[in-house]
Amino acid sequence: MIQTQNITFSYAGKVNFVFPDIRTENSEALLITGGSGKGKTTLLHLLGGLLRPKNGTISIGETEISSLSEKQLDQFRGKNIGLVLQQSHFVEALSVLENVVLASWLATGRKAEEKAKSLLKQLDLEDQMYKLASQLSIGQQQRVSIARALINEPRLLLTDEPTSSLDDENAFKVADLLSNLSSEYKASLVIVTHDQRLKDRFPNQISL
Amino acid sequence: MIARLAWKNIWFKPLNTALSVILLTASVAIISLLILLQEQFEKQFSSNIDGVDLVIGAKGSPLQLILSAVYQVDAPTGNISYDEAKIWMKHPFVKTAIPLAFGDNYRGFKIVGTTPDYLGKFGAKVEAGKIFSKNFEVVVGSEIAKKLNIKVGDTFFGSHGDAEEGEVHEEFAYVVSGIASPTGKVIDNLILSNIQSVWAMHDSHDYEETHPENPAHGEEGHVHEEDEEHHHVEHGEEGHVHKEGDEHHHDEISEEGKEITAVLIKFKNKMGFVLWPRLIAQNTDMQAASPAVEINRLFSLFGIGLQALEYLAYGIMLISGISIFIALYNTLKERKYEFALMRVSGASRSQLLGLVLFESLLLCVTGFVLGTIVGRVGLWLISSTTEQEYKMTFDPFAFALEKEGVLFLVTIFVGVIAALIPAIKAYRLNISKTLANA
Repeated sequence: MIQTQNITFSYAGKVNFVFPDIRTENSEALLITGGSGKGKTTLLHLLGGLLRPKNGTISIGETEISSLSEKQLDQFRGKNIGLVLQQSHFVEALSVLENVVLASWLATGRKAEEKAKSLLKQLDLEDQMYKLASQLSIGQQQRVSIARALINEPRLLLTDEPTSSLDDENAFKVADLLSNLSSEYKASLVIVTHDQRLKDRFPNQISL
Repeated sequence: MIARLAWKNIWFKPLNTALSVILLTASVAIISLLILLQEQFEKQFSSNIDGVDLVIGAKGSPLQLILSAVYQVDAPTGNISYDEAKIWMKHPFVKTAIPLAFGDNYRGFKIVGTTPDYLGKFGAKVEAGKIFSKNFEVVVGSEIAKKLNIKVGDTFFGSHGDAEEGEVHEEFAYVVSGIASPTGKVIDNLILSNIQSVWAMHDSHDYEETHPENPAHGEEGHVHEEDEEHHHVEHGEEGHVHKEGDEHHHDEISEEGKEITAVLIKFKNKMGFVLWPRLIAQNTDMQAASPAVEINRLFSLFGIGLQALEYLAYGIMLISGISIFIALYNTLKERKYEFALMRVSGASRSQLLGLVLFESLLLCVTGFVLGTIVGRVGLWLISSTTEQEYKMTFDPFAFALEKEGVLFLVTIFVGVIAALIPAIKAYRLNISKTLANA
């Protein structure tokens, strides 16, 4: 569950964002929409602890993340937050499976190889496991990053424009996948998007 | 996992990696080769001059005299009269004086006429058999015995001069009376006899040879000429020796008018060391040279060349450091997403710093290991050449711990310096900005 209070943010003192308070329960999905320049991605980065707010508090579970040190924040993020970004990035030298395993090792110090395999299987990527990520299609890459985001069973799954580069059919597939998986892994789901197609799919919405 | 990731990363860009490793390997190979060569060379040269304060020989280049008389690598400067040399050998300043007479060779290994003291000077013992006591008895150096599989009691014919192809002296066979113990010094590659054997071989040789061929004998040439007057008399004597056979060599060959090649002197009184070179040069046809002085001179001549090579090698190492830096720095642009992503997955800043440093160090250690191996292969190749030409070997398996340790540290240092800026950039990466601009 996430809760934010009075968070504001400014880039080098020029642009000021004031964000509405957010509150979600476990396994709940929240859609954050808004036109470009409204600070959608900024809010997502604030929630993911990639940025620190100028004012206000962000709590994930019982943790007030802006009070954590940089190192604690890295650890907290690894264990509790899964991120799926608009564009997928991978450690190029590693295979798909190794990329997912790496995420588990970085967060917990253990290599959850079996779990990574079953997760990839679940996402229909069984045949791609030993390929390099660059050999996969965009859609497949996106599913790999979903697998990577879920490997540590995070409490919060943050996704940034997960469907914007997909056609209708695939967009709904991904939307279903995200909503099903997040409830399966009991993670709160936050989707930041300007994609109108998703607005009917997720009733719980905030507009910036 | 970081190590594994680093390993995977460096092989993901094989060309970058190959360039860096090749450059490092080249520089480490050159430097370690130089280190080993210099150390072993100096050790060999220094160990051979132990117990020799001064060398007396024919006038000419003092360095040549030392190289020929002490190291057996150069042609001798000429011969000196044994009578004249004896005046100095019996001087009260002298502790030991070892005469040397060069004559023949057997399959390229020099046969040196000397006294049993010569073995003692090198700390060699007769390991099998006994020391030479009669004419044409020889003690064979340990290396030769091993290489040519010579045993006590074997006989062989020597070839004239120091070239393997020299004319074979078929008149007299040498008999192996003993094998010397290994010392790691020049004696391992020498065949030792008494001085009389050398005289005997060449006196009869002179007689049988027709004179026009003399010049072909090189440095031995003038022996024959100077001996000419004595020929008939000597031949009488010689003939006697040989007719009476090898059974009783009790009859000494007259030392009168005979020549030797050089004398190795060890002083009791170190004044000789200071006084003799001038004294001998002014009063005789001979010269006295100090091995220590000459070898120092040789090293300083060599030193310039070795130093230049060493600078060159460090230059290559600098370039390899720059190449690692450029490789890491260039890929940083592509890899910043990768780094941001690892941070998102829970990697700490210091893990990224460590990853970049580790990649660089991996390259450096690989380069160092390969370089050390290549350097030793080089040394082994050099050793097989010097062994053939100079009877001098280098041990490729030896380690110069201190100097190679320093070289290792320098290599690591280059790796750390090259990775420093890329690593700090990875450490300070702004993940939000990186991911937002994607």
